[in-house]
Amino acid sequence: MTTEPKGDGSRRDFLYIATGGFATVGAGTAVWPFIDQMNPAADVLALSSLEVDISGIPEGHSLTVKWRGKPVFIRHRTAVEIQEARAASVADLRDPVRDQDRAQKPEWLIVVGICTHLGCIPLGQKDTDPKGDFGGFFCPCHGSHYDTAARVRKGPAPRNLEVPDYEFLTPTLIKIG
Amino acid sequence: MSGGHESNDDLHHELKLRGVLGWIEYRLPIFNWINNAVGTNYPTPKNLNYFWNFGALAGVALVIQILTGIVLASHYVPTVDGAFASVERIMRDVNYGWLFRYVHANGASLFFAIVYVHLFRNLYYGSYKYPRELLWWLGLIILLLMIITAFMGYVLPWGQMSYWGATVITNLFGAIPIIGDELVLWLWGGYSVGEALLRGFYSLHYLLAFVIAALAVVHIWALHVHRSNNPLGIDIKGPQDVLPFHPYFTVKDLFGGSIYLIILAALVFYMPNALGEADNYIPANPLQTPAHIVPEWYLLPFYAILRAIPDKLGGVIALAAALLVLFAVPWLDTSKVRSARFRPIYKQLFWVLVADVFVLGWIGASPAEGIYITIGQLASAYYFLHFLVLLPVVGKLESPRPLPDSIATAVLEANRARAGGRR
Repeated sequence: MTTEPKGDGSRRDFLYIATGGFATVGAGTAVWPFIDQMNPAADVLALSSLEVDISGIPEGHSLTVKWRGKPVFIRHRTAVEIQEARAASVADLRDPVRDQDRAQKPEWLIVVGICTHLGCIPLGQKDTDPKGDFGGFFCPCHGSHYDTAARVRKGPAPRNLEVPDYEFLTPTLIKIG
Repeated sequence: MSGGHESNDDLHHELKLRGVLGWIEYRLPIFNWINNAVGTNYPTPKNLNYFWNFGALAGVALVIQILTGIVLASHYVPTVDGAFASVERIMRDVNYGWLFRYVHANGASLFFAIVYVHLFRNLYYGSYKYPRELLWWLGLIILLLMIITAFMGYVLPWGQMSYWGATVITNLFGAIPIIGDELVLWLWGGYSVGEALLRGFYSLHYLLAFVIAALAVVHIWALHVHRSNNPLGIDIKGPQDVLPFHPYFTVKDLFGGSIYLIILAALVFYMPNALGEADNYIPANPLQTPAHIVPEWYLLPFYAILRAIPDKLGGVIALAAALLVLFAVPWLDTSKVRSARFRPIYKQLFWVLVADVFVLGWIGASPAEGIYITIGQLASAYYFLHFLVLLPVVGKLESPRPLPDSIATAVLEANRARAGGRR
């Protein structure tokens, strides 16, 4: 506003800044609910943990459960599988983690069954499934091979299958999430 | 702006842009387009009062409805079994879901309030007259679509009022001779209001919002051809009669808009259910009708006219006529003078009409029995009397007060009178 004499602008400046500041805060406050409504709703969050009875899974077999809309692989591992998982040289792995740090109890492997490449579900839960070159899981979408600790050993996947938070409530009852 | 006063040649505010904006403008002249629409290059009568806020406010209200509606639609389930529960889930579980639903519901109410003020502003100042008849029609078509859209939206929560409102309104079409019954069956997509109707309403409710938005653009387009009418109802004679839309009227609209938002916030945060019907928090029950079915307040006058006629077909015709008669108003009004300021008799009739519409609203909310029926019939009759008889006759008989020479002289005179009064 060139009509304002110099030095007399302070009152108008104050009004502009106060109005603009108030409008900015108001707009931000109004925008936040639009963003937050897309976050998981209360009923979705309430379903975020799942209890599973694992007493019925014999050694060498698996159970797939749905948790947060995703498959979770629960595998009752054989002694051979555990031995293979622990024998691998951690330093040579793409995503180096010891098997001991992935399985709270050696005979139970619990991982999210989503390939870390592009989100397909790897094969290996059924006895008849191909299990890949390392005896664990094989993702048919783009050929990622996982070992018996569900660590990636070959193919395009960047990381091991994710281990969800879980705890043993009793020796045969686990809580995922 | 240079200097306190603008010379007459100074009113052409073409934007000269450089840099990135200039690069865009050369290829897509969008900044001058905006400037011509709501900027410094849109000359606006300098005497507009606050009743000229309501067009812009209606636009803001529509945007709020669309934004909140998109969010609600993404959490809503349009099935007979899922609708009510999904609305309750929005209220309880979805983050800020209650806010979106309350803003949408109360926003619809305020949208109608704004549009009604906008409409009566036109009736008072004669804005529908030559050359703005088509502008008036476009507004009325938008109002018709708003009524349809609001009704469909009200059905979606699938509460008792939703269900029985849908039943009653769709049964209106059964009044049409010969094809009526078949038509209702077709609307329902079944033997009663149900799944097919709910899904159809959901789809159309979403669609019509955007049809309204498109028509609003055409409405504004038509407005820009002959520009705003003004409280004096006389044409713009020259540059001395106008001010640039920006900043003079953007600021005025921002002020009115702030008050509108305060009212909306007060409704949403302190009395979110004040304008709604408690019965709609009861899930739809096809085996039990609520004791007292009433539409939302903004449809009550029309509802009263529907009930005033003790005949199924007659009531429907009266309801339709109540809206359609407005389309004929530019020709029913025989006066050459636009603004009621210069029409001593019409001015009084205008306020009688306003009172009549309030009476109709009150009757629409009252039970259809006893004295209410008589009052409703009288008020309905007066509504049509106003438009079909009084409007044409008064235009011929009344001798209007002299019109000022121009907007500018009237404004200067008013200022002088005000200054004189102070002395």
